[in-house]
Amino acid sequence: MKDVETEAMVEFRNLNKWFGDFHVLRDVNFSVGSGERIVVCGPSGSGKSTLIRCVNGLEQHQEGSIRVDGVEVTEHRKSIEMVRRSVGMVFQQFNLFPHLTVLENLTLGPCSVQGRPEREVRAKAMELLEMVRIPEQVLKYPGELSGGQQQRVAIARALIMEPKVMLFDEPTSALDPEMIGEVLEAMVELAKAGMTMIVVTHEMGFARQIADRVVFMDDGEIVEVAPPAEFFSNPQNARTRLFLSQILAH
Amino acid sequence: MAPVANASKSSKRLPPAIRRKALIERVQTNLFSSVPNTILTLLCIIALVLAVPDLLRWVLVNAVWYSPDGSACRAPDAGACWALIPEKYRLILFGTYPYEEHWRAALACILIIGMTVICGIRKLWSWQLLIVWLIVITAAIALLYGGILGLSVVGTHMWGGLPLTLLLFVGTVLGGLPLAVLLALGRVSNLPGIKAVCTGVIEITRGVPLVTVLFMAALMLPLFLPDGLTINKLMRAQIGMIIFFAAYAAEVVRGGLQAIPRGQYEAADSINLSYWKRTRMIVLPQAFRIILPALMNDVIRAFKNTTFVSIIGLYDILGATKAATNDPIWVRYSAEGYLFVFMLYFAFCYSMSRYSMGIERSLSARRNY
Repeated sequence: MKDVETEAMVEFRNLNKWFGDFHVLRDVNFSVGSGERIVVCGPSGSGKSTLIRCVNGLEQHQEGSIRVDGVEVTEHRKSIEMVRRSVGMVFQQFNLFPHLTVLENLTLGPCSVQGRPEREVRAKAMELLEMVRIPEQVLKYPGELSGGQQQRVAIARALIMEPKVMLFDEPTSALDPEMIGEVLEAMVELAKAGMTMIVVTHEMGFARQIADRVVFMDDGEIVEVAPPAEFFSNPQNARTRLFLSQILAH
Repeated sequence: MAPVANASKSSKRLPPAIRRKALIERVQTNLFSSVPNTILTLLCIIALVLAVPDLLRWVLVNAVWYSPDGSACRAPDAGACWALIPEKYRLILFGTYPYEEHWRAALACILIIGMTVICGIRKLWSWQLLIVWLIVITAAIALLYGGILGLSVVGTHMWGGLPLTLLLFVGTVLGGLPLAVLLALGRVSNLPGIKAVCTGVIEITRGVPLVTVLFMAALMLPLFLPDGLTINKLMRAQIGMIIFFAAYAAEVVRGGLQAIPRGQYEAADSINLSYWKRTRMIVLPQAFRIILPALMNDVIRAFKNTTFVSIIGLYDILGATKAATNDPIWVRYSAEGYLFVFMLYFAFCYSMSRYSMGIERSLSARRNY
């Protein structure tokens, strides 16, 4: 199954998806290299969240193919399981498990899915919580944390599974403005550590700072792909210019 | 100095004092606020004045507490004949269970009640508790049935009274809850076959009265079984009650399952939890917190529903009371017997309901989401 020729970590080929009659993804062709940081932006309803949710099989595509680290994403459980082993995901609404403490949220996956020894996992959990700067919250429940803290725990929860790719689905959209910075900071740190990242976000400052390439989507299509410097200073497509003018106006 | 002192004084503001309403004021606003309200209040007072003294005379003042042959109860001004209870309590509590073996029945009751109380301690909650339950129930059944350790065999047709009630209740809840969870999971499942079967079982069972289910179990089930295979009547009634309880509880559990946000499922999927692990570790713990009050409602109802088995000739505590008061000497005082059982049922059900309120409070105190 492993394709030795491509070095791509995530590869979309002629990807098409419909919700009923609604064509959400149209002929998406794109590949993300290992260690590359991609920011996906576009107006709401443009299919960007759907695109990354297809990567770990939370949504099924109907045509074309997605490969993650050489493994094709199909509707078979085995393939989805194998893909999810190498993909971590951070959600807009954090989706921490509210009945478990921060520590339990982190150790659940490694201990009961990967069967790693608990002591090692706990040490790793503490290390990751240090990285996202909330080691003191380890025994609290998610409901006792602020949104920004919850999202940083969610990042740690994804990382502890040792993924090769991290997907971020609008990680700062549900946060109060003063908490966005602390989450972006954790993401920047992760980017510097060399993680392959696909980030759906409207945080253009973040895109400028760490993205290798920015992808602009509209109406289910990839309209434009460019390195941030070029993307922001010299957008080629009229739709991109319109979007940027709207989003950078504030 | 003075201004500083002033500043600290003004920054230290106490919350406004809660004004306690005077008793008279409360009575006025609650009982005499309007003309109809005043009339209702007066009518209630008249009814109480008329009823309470007679009631007290009957229950306490003129009541006969002890009279082995019941003769004192026949005195013209005698009140409630509580003498029935000391005379018949063993028959009420243990039904037709052999008299000299009553200690076995009593011990079985203590085992089950003790285990129920232990089960109520939240610190001890774990999956292993179910195994302990199985052991306790097996022990209680062995104790009642005998045939081991030199105990004489007592067939299930002789079982009755409180041990039967408790056994049926505990069996219904312990057998019914797992079945309810499975039915609920099946009903919300994506697999059409499983979904259809579970929906069918739930809807059909909910569509008929418990009495019908018990009659089916007692009279019709044996007709469908192959020759030579017979299932004990008590067992059949138990199976019927388990299915009946499970059908109702399944709908409660389903409500809880559907209250779990989709994001929880997606988060569990994204870390590769399998269906069963996701259900066990993420979905059910959250769902049970939500449904606890409604579920306790079903559990209490299951306790009261055990009375229905007397219809198919099993003497639960209510049936045993009926049989006990059939004695010609005491037959006039069955009301007192039923009041006694009423108190017993109330004690069990009320303590369960108080317990569930306590659990609810402690769960909501810890729930921060």
